[in-house]
Amino acid sequence: MFYKDYIRVLNINLSTGRIRVDKRKDLRAYLGGVGVASKLLQENMNPDLPPLHEDQPIIFAIGAASSVFPVITKTVAMFVSPLTGELGESYAGGRLAFTMLHAGYDAIVITGKSQKPCYVTVTQTGVEIKDARAFWGMDSDKVGSYIRNREHGSGKRSIIRIGPAGENLCSYASVCVDTYRHFGRLGLGAVFGSKLMKAMQVTGDLPMPIPNFKDYFKTYSKLYKQVTETEVMAKYHDAGTPINVEPLSAMGGLPTRNLTSGTFEHAENISGEAFAKNNLIRKMACTGCPVGCIHIGQFRREFDHGYEYEAISVGYDYELIYALGSFLGVDNTDGVLYVIDAVERNGLDAMSCGVVLGWACEALERGIITEEQTILPLKMGDYVNLAKAVDYIAQGVNQLYTDMGKGVKHVAKKYGGYDFGMQIAGNEMPGYHTGYGSLVGALVGARHSHLCNAGYSYDQSNRDKELDKEKLVDYLISEEIERCLLNSLIICLFARKVYSRENIRMVLKCVGLDYTDETLTDIAKRILRTKLEIKKSLGFAIQDVKLPKRFFETPTTTGKLDQYMANEIAEEYARRCEEILAEEDESIKEFV
Amino acid sequence: MARALRTDGMRKCIGCFSCMTVCAAVNKHNFSISKSAIKIKTNGGLKHGFYATVCHACKDDRACLEACPTGALVERKGGGVLLNKDMCTGCKKCVDACIVGAVFFDEEENLPIICKHCGSCTRFCPHQCLTMEEVDDVL
Ligand code: SF4
Ligand code: SF4
Ligand code: SF4
Ligand code: SF4
Repeated sequence: MFYKDYIRVLNINLSTGRIRVDKRKDLRAYLGGVGVASKLLQENMNPDLPPLHEDQPIIFAIGAASSVFPVITKTVAMFVSPLTGELGESYAGGRLAFTMLHAGYDAIVITGKSQKPCYVTVTQTGVEIKDARAFWGMDSDKVGSYIRNREHGSGKRSIIRIGPAGENLCSYASVCVDTYRHFGRLGLGAVFGSKLMKAMQVTGDLPMPIPNFKDYFKTYSKLYKQVTETEVMAKYHDAGTPINVEPLSAMGGLPTRNLTSGTFEHAENISGEAFAKNNLIRKMACTGCPVGCIHIGQFRREFDHGYEYEAISVGYDYELIYALGSFLGVDNTDGVLYVIDAVERNGLDAMSCGVVLGWACEALERGIITEEQTILPLKMGDYVNLAKAVDYIAQGVNQLYTDMGKGVKHVAKKYGGYDFGMQIAGNEMPGYHTGYGSLVGALVGARHSHLCNAGYSYDQSNRDKELDKEKLVDYLISEEIERCLLNSLIICLFARKVYSRENIRMVLKCVGLDYTDETLTDIAKRILRTKLEIKKSLGFAIQDVKLPKRFFETPTTTGKLDQYMANEIAEEYARRCEEILAEEDESIKEFV
Repeated sequence: MARALRTDGMRKCIGCFSCMTVCAAVNKHNFSISKSAIKIKTNGGLKHGFYATVCHACKDDRACLEACPTGALVERKGGGVLLNKDMCTGCKKCVDACIVGAVFFDEEENLPIICKHCGSCTRFCPHQCLTMEEVDDVL
C-alpha cells in the first residue's frame, strides 16, 4: 500500500471458501508487482504437483506505484504454466491494476478448486465466491456482459474472464481483461478452468488521501509531459504497434508461413496503415495511460443468407497480425480480424494459436497428419477454415485438436514435424526472427517471451556489426534485471524509455519509498533470483532445450543463425544465472 | 473573461481517466476518482464509446442552485455554481435537481461534488476532448 510499510495480500481459497487478508512487511523486500508475485508463487506452489492440480495457486499483483502515474498500468499474474510446465508469468493492462489499488489490495492469491463453476467478486467491503454454473460454456464476451449487468460497479470495475478454451484446459488458454486486454501467454486461462473459476470482478473506490500533494502533482505533471511528448508514444497511438509490420518484413524478420520466410510479400496489405484505412474505428487506453495504443478494428460478417450481416469489432496489434496474419499467410485485414475474433471468443493466446495452426497447415501438406484428422482442408491463407480450426482447438473436438490444444511442442513431438513446430522451451515463438538476440533471448528469458529482455531490439541496433557474444549476454542479462524492476512498479513496457532510474526513484519517493539506486538493483536481482529458483525447482535447465531446426534454416535480419553458436550463447547465459543464484543476498536484512 | 469547461471532443476520448485522476488530486488531494467532478463512462461496456458527465455550466436558471434550501450554492461567473461548504447541510437536493446528473456526492465529507470549471482536467486530457471556452462574464 502507498505510504505504508507492508504489502496487503488477499487470500481466497476456492475449496473451503475461506478468505484471509495478510499484511506482509517482509514482502517490501520485493517492492511490488512481479517481485511480490514471484515470492508469493514460490511460497504457495508445489513443484511436485502438475500445473493444473488444485493445490497450485494463481497470484495477481499490482506494482509499487500502480495507477497513479502515467502509463503505470499493468497487473502481473503468476502461476505454474500448463504450457511449459515451468514459470508462468503474464501481464495485462485494462482497469485491473486501478481497481485492485482502489479495493485496497496489492496482491491476490487464489488457491483450491471450487465444487461447481464460480466467479469471484472483490470489493473494498468484501469478497464473495458466487455461482457461475449458467455461465459455463459461454464465450468471454458474453460472460462479460452478463456479469456487467448483474453486478454493481459501473465505471470503476474490472472484469476478467475465460472462454471455452480455458474451461477445456487448453494449455495456452488466455484470460480476457476488460474486453480488449489479456493475460495472454502461458495458459493462465487453463489454470482458471482447472479451478472451475470462470471470472473475477474487482471493484474499488476507496478514498486515498494524498499526503504530499505538491510533490506528487509536480512529479505527475513532469512525467505526463515526458510521456505525451516522446515520439515513441505518438507512434504507439497513431497507427499503433502494427506500424512495425512492413519495416520488419522488409528487413526479413517477420515470421511468415510457419517461418519458411522472414518476408511476407503481402505485408503492405496487413500493415498498420492498411488496418487504419480499412478497419480502425476507435482507440483506447488502459486506465492511467494518456497514450492509448489499443486499436479497435471492425469488419462485417455475413452470418446468414438473405443479407444478414453483423459488424464485429476486435482489438488488433502487431503480435496478433504476425501470429494470425503473416505466420498463417493471411493477406488481408478483414481476414486477420476474422481469425482474431475466433481466438478472442474462445479465449486463447493468439501467438500460441497461430504457431500451432502454422504447424498444422504444414503437417497436413506434408502428409504427417490427414484431412480426416483435421476435419477441414486446412491451408495457409484460408482464414475461414483457420477460424473454424480455432473453435475445434478450444473444444478439443477430436484427438488431434485436443493435442493441438496442448501446444506445438506437444503435438509436434507426438505426430512429427518437431523441426517446424516453432516453439522455444515450450512457448510458441514471438513475432521476431531478427537474430541471436531474439532467439537466444526468448530461450534464456525467464518466461521465454520477447519481452523478458527484448533481444530483438539488440538485433536491430547491432545489425551491421559482427556478433559479440559477451556483449549480447551482458545486454540480455542486464535488460532482464532492469525489467524485473520495471515490472515491480508495473510500468507498461512501451514507456520503458521514459522511466529511467531517476524517474523510477522519483515516483517511488512520492508513494513513500525512498530507495537508492543500489537498493533498487539489489531488489531487481533478488526478484530475478527468485524466478530462477522457481524455474529450477520446476526442473528447467537451459541446456535441456532443443530448438526446432527451422530457426537455423530461415535467414533472420542478421543472416542465418548457427545452432552451435546459439547454444554457446545460451550456455554462457546459464553460467551467469548460476552466479546470480550463488550471490549472497546481504541487503535483504534491511527489510526484516 | 470567464471560462467554462466544454466536452465537445469526447469522440476522441480513449478512456485513460487522466482527467478524473487530476480532478480528484487537484481539488480533493485524493487518489480516488470517486472524488472527481467529471465522470467518464461507457454506454454498457467498452465496446461502445465514452462520454463525460460533468456540469454544463448552466447560465440563466441553475436547477441545482434553485433546489438548494440553504443557499450553499451560488452563481459562478460564466455559468455553473460554486459551493459554500459551511452552509451545506448534505441534503442532496442538488444531486436530484441536476438533470444531467452532474452533481455527485462525497459521502465521506458529506458534501456534493460539483465542477468548478477550474480547467485542470483539460490540461491533462491527451486528446483535447476537454477544453476551456471563453464565455461572457454574465452571472
Ligand atoms: S501504452 Fe497501451 S498497453 Fe500501455 S498502458 Fe497505454 S494503452 Fe495500455
Ligand atoms: S450542476 Fe447541473 S444544474 Fe447545476 S449548473 Fe451544473 S449542469 Fe446546471
Ligand atoms: S474543470 Fe476542474 S473541477 Fe471541473 S472537472 Fe475539470 S478539474 Fe474537475
Ligand atoms: S483525459 Fe480526455 S481522453 Fe482521457 S478519459 Fe478524460 S476525456 Fe477521455
